[in-house]
Amino acid sequence: MTTEVLTEDLSEHNQHHKMTGIKRWLYTTNHKDIGTLYLWFSFIMFLTGGALAMIIRMELFQPGLQIVEPDFFNQLTTVHGLIMVFGAIMPAFTGLANWMLPMMIGAPDMALPRLNNWSFWILPFAFAILIGSFFMESGAPNFGWTFYAPLSTTYSNGSTAFFVFAVHIMGISSIMGAINIVVTIMNLRAPGMTYMKMPLFVWTFFITAYLLIAVMPVLAGVVTMVLTDTYFGTSFFNAAGGGDPVMFQHIFWFFGHPEVYIMILPAFGIVSTTIPTFARKKLFGYSSMVYATASIALLSFIVWAHHMFTTGMPLFGELFFMYCTMLIAVPTGVKVFNWMATMWRGSMTFETPMLFSIAFVILFTIGGFSGLMLALTPVDFQYHDTYFVVAHFHYVLVTGSLFSIYAGAYYWLPKWTGHMYNDVLSKWHFWCSLISVNLLFFPMHFLGLAGMPRRIPDYALQFADFNKWISIGGFAFGLSQLIFLVVVIKCIKGGEKAPAKPWEGAEGLEWTVPSPAPYHTFSTPPKID
Amino acid sequence: MTTKEYESYYVPAHSKWPIVGAFALFLIAFGAGNYVHDLNNNSSGYGGYLLIAGFALIIYMVYGWFSNVINESMAGRYSHQMDNSFRQGMSWFIFSEVMFFAAFFGALLYARQFAVPWLGGAGNNAMTAEVLWPEFTASWPLLKTPDGTETNEMGWYGLPLINTVLLLTSSITAHFAHVALEQNKRSQLKVWMVLTISLGIAFLFFQVQEYGHGYSEEMQLYLTSGIYGNTFYLLTGFHGMHVTLGVIMLTVMFIRILKGHFTPNNHFAFQAASWYWHFVDVVWVMLFIFVYII
Ligand SMILES: [Cu+2]
Repeated sequence: MTTEVLTEDLSEHNQHHKMTGIKRWLYTTNHKDIGTLYLWFSFIMFLTGGALAMIIRMELFQPGLQIVEPDFFNQLTTVHGLIMVFGAIMPAFTGLANWMLPMMIGAPDMALPRLNNWSFWILPFAFAILIGSFFMESGAPNFGWTFYAPLSTTYSNGSTAFFVFAVHIMGISSIMGAINIVVTIMNLRAPGMTYMKMPLFVWTFFITAYLLIAVMPVLAGVVTMVLTDTYFGTSFFNAAGGGDPVMFQHIFWFFGHPEVYIMILPAFGIVSTTIPTFARKKLFGYSSMVYATASIALLSFIVWAHHMFTTGMPLFGELFFMYCTMLIAVPTGVKVFNWMATMWRGSMTFETPMLFSIAFVILFTIGGFSGLMLALTPVDFQYHDTYFVVAHFHYVLVTGSLFSIYAGAYYWLPKWTGHMYNDVLSKWHFWCSLISVNLLFFPMHFLGLAGMPRRIPDYALQFADFNKWISIGGFAFGLSQLIFLVVVIKCIKGGEKAPAKPWEGAEGLEWTVPSPAPYHTFSTPPKID
Repeated sequence: MTTKEYESYYVPAHSKWPIVGAFALFLIAFGAGNYVHDLNNNSSGYGGYLLIAGFALIIYMVYGWFSNVINESMAGRYSHQMDNSFRQGMSWFIFSEVMFFAAFFGALLYARQFAVPWLGGAGNNAMTAEVLWPEFTASWPLLKTPDGTETNEMGWYGLPLINTVLLLTSSITAHFAHVALEQNKRSQLKVWMVLTISLGIAFLFFQVQEYGHGYSEEMQLYLTSGIYGNTFYLLTGFHGMHVTLGVIMLTVMFIRILKGHFTPNNHFAFQAASWYWHFVDVVWVMLFIFVYII
């Protein structure tokens, strides 16, 4: 090893200068840069997945086939789901984690900064492959984001290989990102910040990261089996060779159920930050929140087969998974009551982050209740694979996860950009979203109860009116999201200067640094007492 | 922990290696996708070349990235806390690998306990068996699949038993190497390392022999021989890949030892490689029990 080269190398490191232009973003090891990249990427993916949803809603505006072929419709629903889950919601949370975790625990950066950059840059490539498959001869994946065998194996349209490898590298990205979050939280907390002094936001990401490390490899395993079944003659999911297509569902949902909590636990963390701020009270029941989050995470490993009640399993299994699933309502209820108790007799103000947070609490609870209905085995026999399910998970993911991300984004935008966002526009964004999202998803409950199946491009005439209104709600919701884009761009470009702590009731280390947060925060850790 | 340790947490400035690695993964994924696709359509394309280019690039990336890390470490940039970050990172990485294998072990156990017996009519599936494949009888290992593919059972004695002994021994020698390193007995360390690596290579050699035996006329145990062959080859295959990776890691550590790297107190990379080796060993023991013996 040559010493001269080394010293040169290190002195360059010492300067910690920001690179300029594209290289800054390609080579960066800075958690704020990487957080920004994650957030922009997720928003672009959100608009892309949203565009696919717009085509879906156009097709469903009227009964009959108008603009797309059924096979292409299947590709739209599949890629819409994959993009929104893996490209929009998950990276948005990782972006928030990157930006906020080191600041909240008083760390200089993420524990493994280069790995952090790698985790991010894998994603655009993975989605280039996935979205690129629309333009390949075989077409995009058309077997649903759940890629059930034999749809993805025997009856694959030839897109399985690209799908599998894209998921593989997405998985690598998620696992690396999660390891980084775990290590940062375990190892880089400022002196005096014990586990039970961590902001709840940090706790929820900590637990979510464990879930990711535990289940993303299982997803990698199941896509590998799908690959070998499709192309290399294995029979994991083929009864003729001694396998079982039902086994696919078991392995997939062993990943899939924790996955839905990966997309909601961070949301709990965000609203547990914003609600105390704008209610100007401490979070009610902090430690019960921590234990509730941990219980939800643990329970998530023993409920997977509630997605398979109609697939069939021994009676004991149906009962076991039904009761375990209902049990999750307990810690979730604890959380909802804690948020309400936090607001109770608080001096509440209704800034945009708070509006999104309150909408979250109410609408997520609706999604939770429809989930509880779906957990009941006999009832699920009626609801399975109908629009009721679509309504349920969109309430949880859109008015749940997405609204919480908006709450977080508005809450921290002043810290990120150094400017206050345009209050009027942001309220337009909120109210337009709130009204349109309910017009979009609420009638789906009724359609589902009346028996309209999901993932079908055509429907019976009696569903026409509801579908028309749903589509109108969908277009309105899609357009409303562009307001957010305008707000963010305006906020980056200028606006009222934000103080270090723009929210009177806010607590936490991130508000002790100036706005915008300097490129490097906490090179020496703050002391917590 | 004192405040001083926090002050010295090292944050590397920009690095080109992650983006190189991300592009390499893209080449691998896109290349593999094309390759598999072409294989299936009996056409020839550029997928294989992309795949090879991807792997070459990832080797280049790992080399460059780790060189940076080693240089920084040798220059004393890393604090105790940084060391902890690496340790915890590696532990959780190994845990994620455990979960990857768990998916395949899960498939094996599900097939044995549920899928195959149900196909044979167990539980309330008498009619399923009657209607689908009435002459099928459930057994494990599944030597005759419902559609009539026949195969033979790979015994646990012979090569697998030898391999178990080899790998278990190598775990012990790896441990002795670690002890020697901690006591700063460098020549003993080198001997133990050579032994460990040789045992690993011997394991891989016999594993290849065993696959040859499996694919012989006499055994006819193929990847496509139904769920028994599927689980057998994917579990042992992925394990074999991990052993290969472990041997490469140990070899790199050996080269670094020859170069005089590592001290009794500062040898995280060595420890990570040895953890990985023990992990590979534990997976083999599980494999030996669940795939071969039971
Ligand atoms: Cu679930």
